This record gives sequence, C-alpha cells and structure tokens, in this order.
Amino acid sequence: MAKVTITVNGEARTVSVPPETTLLKLLREHLNLTGAKLGCDVGDCGACTVIVNGKSVNSCLMLASQVDGFDVLTIEGLATTDQLHPLQTAFEEKGSLQCGFCGPGVIMSAKALLDEEPDPSVERIRDALAGNLCRCTGYSKMIEAVQAVANSVNSHPSVKSA
Amino acid sequence: MENFSYSRPATLKEATAQLGKEHGKIAIMAGGTDIYGGEMKDNLLAPERLVHIKHLKELQGIRQGTGSLRIGASTLLSDIVESPVVQKQAPLLAMAAGKIGTLQIRNMGTLGGNLCQRPRCWYYRNNYPCYKHGGNACFSAIGENDQHAILLGGPSFIVHPSDSAPALVALGASARIVSGTGERTVPLDKFFVTPRENVRRENVLLPNEILAEIDVPNAPAGSKAIYVKEMVREVWDFALCSVAAMVTLKDGVVQDARIVLGGVAPVPYRAVKAEAALKGKTLDEASATAAGLAAVDGARPLSKNAYKIPLTQAVVKRALLSLA
Repeated sequence: MAKVTITVNGEARTVSVPPETTLLKLLREHLNLTGAKLGCDVGDCGACTVIVNGKSVNSCLMLASQVDGFDVLTIEGLATTDQLHPLQTAFEEKGSLQCGFCGPGVIMSAKALLDEEPDPSVERIRDALAGNLCRCTGYSKMIEAVQAVANSVNSHPSVKSA
Repeated sequence: MENFSYSRPATLKEATAQLGKEHGKIAIMAGGTDIYGGEMKDNLLAPERLVHIKHLKELQGIRQGTGSLRIGASTLLSDIVESPVVQKQAPLLAMAAGKIGTLQIRNMGTLGGNLCQRPRCWYYRNNYPCYKHGGNACFSAIGENDQHAILLGGPSFIVHPSDSAPALVALGASARIVSGTGERTVPLDKFFVTPRENVRRENVLLPNEILAEIDVPNAPAGSKAIYVKEMVREVWDFALCSVAAMVTLKDGVVQDARIVLGGVAPVPYRAVKAEAALKGKTLDEASATAAGLAAVDGARPLSKNAYKIPLTQAVVKRALLSLA
C-alpha cells in the first residue's frame, strides 16, 4: 500500500491505497468526491479533469502516488453552500450543459485557464477546452460562458476568489 | 493490471541505481501519461517496479547553455510552450510542443517522455504479438495500415508519434543520457533508431539509462521556422504527417534549410533531399513544390496509406511558403 497525503479543496487528507490507484479513483472511491467523472479512462475525454498545483490534468492518467504532497482542486471545491462559483452560474445562465456528464471537467479546465489568464482570447479558451469532449452542446455556449466570467472578473476583480 | 511497486527516488543517482538490465521489468515513469495511462493500463507492460523521476531536481528546468538551451527531460510540455526563452531561442520547439495532445496532457507530460513514448500503432496498442512485443510479424504490413510508415518502414511499419522530436532534430538538438556508471551525449538524429536497427525499441536508451537533458542549439540568426501538423481531426490527435521546417534566408534566397517529417516514418525523418533542393533557391511556389516532391523521394506506401505521399508534399510546400 502507498500512503498518500494531498490537500483536497483546502483540506489535508491522508489515504493508504494500492500503488496502481489513480488520482481519480482516490477522489471518487476513497474520498467520496464523485464530481470528477470516469469517462474514457485513457485521457481522451477530459471528464476526469481536476486542478493539481494550479494546472488542469486528467486524474485518470495520474497515479495517486504521483500527487503525494500536492494541492488538488475538484469541482466540489468551487461552490459554497450559499453560492455557486461564477463559472457555474454562467454555465447555468447560458445553458452551456445538457446531460452534464462533461460539466465538472469542462468547468475545471475553464477555471484553470481563468486563474492563469483572466482575459483569454476565444482561441485560448478553445485550446483550454479542447481536451474536454462534450457530445451534447457543440461547445459554443461553453465558450460564451467562459467569456462572460472573464468579462465580469475584469470589471469586478473580487469575483475571482474561490 | 499486475501488481507493481512504486518507487520515488530522491536523486538521479538513486534512480539510476534502481534500474535493471532488461527493458520492461523496471520501468521509468515521468508524466506517466503513456507508460502508466497507456501501456500499463492496457496491459502492454507489466513492470515489477515503477521508478518515478518527474520530481527529480536534476531533470527539471530550462537553463541557458553556451549558444543553446538545456532543457531538463522532466520539464513539463506546457512549461516549454509558455517559456519566453524557448519562444525566443527555439520557437520551433515551442510551436511543436503546443501541438502535443491536449492541455491536460501537456500539463502532465514531459519533454523526455514525449521523445520516449511508444508507438501508437493499433496492433501494438491492442497487444497483437508483433515485432514490438517480441513476436515475428508486423500486422500492419498486410492489415489496417492507413496510419503507418511510408518511409524507412520494415520490418515494423510504425510511425514515430512525437511532435517535439521533428522540431528538435531540425534544431540539431542532442540528448544527455545518464546511467549508474556515467553519461553520454547523443545527437538526437542518432537517438532514434529504425526497426532495421532494433525492431523492439525506438531509441538507443539502454535499460539502465535515463534521458536526463536535451541540449537545444539556438535557432540560427535570421532563421524562420514553422511546425505544421495534419491530423484525422482538427484538434489533438497524433500526426498523420507533420513537418518541422526551418530556413535561413538572405534576400529571399535559401542559405540553409532543415526539413524534418513526423508521422510518416518509424523515426523523425530528416528530408535531406528536400533540404538540398532548397539550398541556393529563391523560396517561392516552384522551389517549395520541388522540396515537397523531394521530401517523399523513395517513399514506399503500403496498401492503404498512399495518400500520405501527396499529403506530405502539400504540407511541406505549405510550411515553406508560409516562411517565404
């Protein structure tokens, strides 16, 4: 067994897992954080996207042991009991999701992008979301939602927290 | 997946001390997107021990060398894409690295891993008993071969899947390789091996060696370069054909040219005839077309991949015209 200590959504957690355990499995089955989804399990679809040390990654391709000591942010870390994250609000308002399976991954990719680059071009948004497959929407409404948040972040810098 | 033990050595010396004499038993993992996410998950490889090297300080970072950049093999691909010094001194590498996989993959994968990744051939990935797996056949030779090699193929017809490799070969990069007993430096165009040289492996790395650093000479003064990649889909796939093209022009006349192809041969393929066809010529429609033709001189397509010949010609021509 491998002992893994990670900070998940701001909280330090230590778990003992078999060495072949992926970060996704650790999150879903050991920490009951089922927001990140198991889609293709080979890094094609992006449904498992989470943010590790500030960067979007496919948690299905990463061993839990690889992220020992790292900071992990999942979709569960965005909203509070009172308030959705601005990206979640924008996705809701724009109707950016249909079935929603890809949603947690898409939103985490978008969050990683906006954290690094508050005012990305459409090209940058498309590049950041290219690793997240959505079979329902055609992506346009997602890009609009990310742009809407980028614009609001720029006019109200305080929205960027969380 | 078979059981394995996971090791996280503290230093490069500790890492090399753990390596064995046989490929596969003790496997090296950096980003892990291919070796773990691909090979181990698909049961192509079942190592007893996985040695993690991504965190090793000796393998990190982008440093100034003498007229070159020295890039640690465990440097993230996304860090290379975003690096101002890479963009300035070796823009071709930044461009090519930006075409690798998805952003998530580039945030996990490393430069060394991109160079050492295994083939994408569907027979190999589906565990057919082919040459690469120690068997005695290449199933693509008479099978589904539309994505396979048109140049330097045989007995295996895989294509080398790396995007960074053609750029690095064009830039004249070299690899610093470290083992428990010492180190050696290999020019990157000698790092990759054809199936005739070694049908099991795609590079010269021995089981006890780690690719530690890539030395990337600064792009020549006055040179211009571009990486063009053609895929089945518009975004992120492996190349059907790609070209890393770099030219040095003086008054519109080509002084020097580097043309390296990806996705069409088992190694990054330096199209020396295309380079020769350009030298001393004005870079225009006629010379770019001639270079495209010369690039695929000697190509021998399989039953379903003859389309790669006109595709490669067109991609070479388009790349060159964009530099004119």
